[in-house]
Amino acid sequence: MEHESLAGRIFRGAALTLILVFFMFPIVWILLMSFQTNEQILRIPPRILFEPTLANYEALISGQLRTAAGNLEITFMRNLWNSFVLSSGAVVLALLLGVPAAYAFARFKFRLGETIAFTLLSFRFAPPLLVLLPLSLYYQELGLNDTYVGIVWVYQLIALPLILWIVRGYFEDISPDIEHAYRLAGHSWSEAFTRIAVPLAGPGIAAAGLLSFIFCWNNFIFALILASADKQPVTVGALAFVTASGIQYGQIAAAIVLSVTPTLLLALYAQRYLVEGLSLGAVKG
Amino acid sequence: MGMLELRSIDKVYRSRGRPAVHAVRSLDMAVEKGEIVALLGSSGCGKTSTLRMIAGFESVTAGSIALRGRRIDELPPARRKVAMAFEGYSLYPPLTVRENIAFALKSQQLSRSEVSRRVEAIARLVEIDDILESYPRVISGGQQQRVSLARALVRDADLYLLDEPMGQLEPQLRAVLRGRIKSLLAEREMTAIFVTHDQTEASALADRIVVMEDGVLQQFASEKELKERPANLFVASFIGEPPMNLLEMEVKQAGSGFRLSAGPDVAFDISGDGLDQAARGVLAAVPRVQVGIRPQRIGVGEGAVRVRIGSNQWLGDQSHIAGECAGYLLIAVIPNRIAARPGDVVQFAIAPRHLNIFGPDGVCIRHAEVS
Ligand SMILES: Nc1ncnc2c1ncn2[C@@H]1O[C@H](COP(=O)(O)OP(=O)(O)O)[C@@H](O)[C@H]1O
Ligand SMILES: [Mg+2]
Repeated sequence: MEHESLAGRIFRGAALTLILVFFMFPIVWILLMSFQTNEQILRIPPRILFEPTLANYEALISGQLRTAAGNLEITFMRNLWNSFVLSSGAVVLALLLGVPAAYAFARFKFRLGETIAFTLLSFRFAPPLLVLLPLSLYYQELGLNDTYVGIVWVYQLIALPLILWIVRGYFEDISPDIEHAYRLAGHSWSEAFTRIAVPLAGPGIAAAGLLSFIFCWNNFIFALILASADKQPVTVGALAFVTASGIQYGQIAAAIVLSVTPTLLLALYAQRYLVEGLSLGAVKG
Repeated sequence: MGMLELRSIDKVYRSRGRPAVHAVRSLDMAVEKGEIVALLGSSGCGKTSTLRMIAGFESVTAGSIALRGRRIDELPPARRKVAMAFEGYSLYPPLTVRENIAFALKSQQLSRSEVSRRVEAIARLVEIDDILESYPRVISGGQQQRVSLARALVRDADLYLLDEPMGQLEPQLRAVLRGRIKSLLAEREMTAIFVTHDQTEASALADRIVVMEDGVLQQFASEKELKERPANLFVASFIGEPPMNLLEMEVKQAGSGFRLSAGPDVAFDISGDGLDQAARGVLAAVPRVQVGIRPQRIGVGEGAVRVRIGSNQWLGDQSHIAGECAGYLLIAVIPNRIAARPGDVVQFAIAPRHLNIFGPDGVCIRHAEVS
């Protein structure tokens, strides 16, 4: 490690602080907003010190929004539940399909293999709007419009390529001879896959699953077009706070806090797995 | 019928965008029960490919493999009854050394105490009994290699394939293990093929040696035979330390025999009686042949061949004397020391009966006499 001058250390500290403040400020501000009423929020100049209120959270959880124009039903908790169902459904399906596929792409070199793998990845590059219009027409034909199954299916465009490409890398890092040794001892190909390859790639699979969960959770456009009120996730549901009598900043802030909390926790958790997964690669035989 | 029979095996690796690699070419080989065979050859000559085809991780492009009389080349690896120690060790990281070895016994349905008895016995044999509870990532490469070897040897299998099983070990330990493994294999009548590029190891451990080059089996014979009756130029120049001296000589018919010469001092009369029909035919037809002489067969001090000494080394039990003669480098190995210095001219004695003669295609048409 090279020695740094005092000035260098101070400069680095300052730069880091600046970046941290830049990225953390909005999150802190949202957190503060979520404990204020609309009047407090819109006060000019804004104040750091205020009397906190839980009214926003109460409104969200009870589903009753009192505005100047009267009482409004909101379905935030339902949206949160939808987000959870849709994202986890999508991730589970993507894992079931993607992990075996990733293994196949990693282990077997077959005709058009690279092409197929890349095509799947390219779903991530395509703008969602490109597929949405034809997709919604098809979905109406097929009766998949506004169903959990339909939305989970579309979410595969988000989750599947991620899982496929991340997990494939993990499988490629495992020496195939570890599986070969197991197979020689009298085990079948599929046993080697489930008992050797999957556990060894476990941290990678977990990381890929959590990452794609977060991506699904944050998706907005697919659900906006394909789901009606009772199937909408939080990202779309938050639009309900833009009401006839104004924008309910306090509730929006509380809703954001509630909806990022699960993904934030997951992200912290996934980070641990990512590190573990990467260190496994270093000791492969 | 042999224990293992390979019939005209070919292996071609085809990958997109790269030229096909013909790694093994029409390989024929039969191994007897209880025999230990070494696959000897330079890097990339197809040794590992051969083992992997027998184990079942690579398909054969052409040919057939039979083990104990059953065709195995279409069977999945699990049903071939073959054990293998891999070049890259390939231990299972989440398990301890003990579990890694015991893992190989799982499908044999042994009692728990029998498993641990066997694991401990083999661990003692390869000197890893003190690291049985360690994990693969914390032990050295040499230790990993021995764990991998133990994992293969602990099983009951019809055939053991060992890919460079001792490459990472220190010479002393290697010599000890070689002896122990040889007696283990002999005691249990285990049939084994191991890969090595170390001639000493091949001759110490193997009953017979396969010399491979460029995917082609050059010769499959005992060490003694490889040395005394090399099938071709490649084997002649590959086997032996230092390698055989090779000179190109002119051929002239001389009565019923032939006269081979490489310059005025270096000329030999080969009588026609010692040659078979084919050899006589070749010698009569070609103007020049390659001639090989083992360094140990050259006498130093007197003789017709005058050599200008380039180096004279005493290795403690033998002298290696190298010199130049008729444009060729000749090396002689003798059991005593001589006083020659670089630049001196010394006489070498080469007897015609000690010449190996190779035809234009490299095949040996006449072997040197033994003794
Ligand atoms: N999976 C593979 N794909 C393409 N070429 C290969 C593959 N495995 C081995 N080869 C090539 O086949 C030849 C023989 O390799 P190998 O059997 O590993 O040799 P050795 O074990 O004698 O060093 C080499 O030229 C090597 O590059
Ligand atoms: Mg090899």
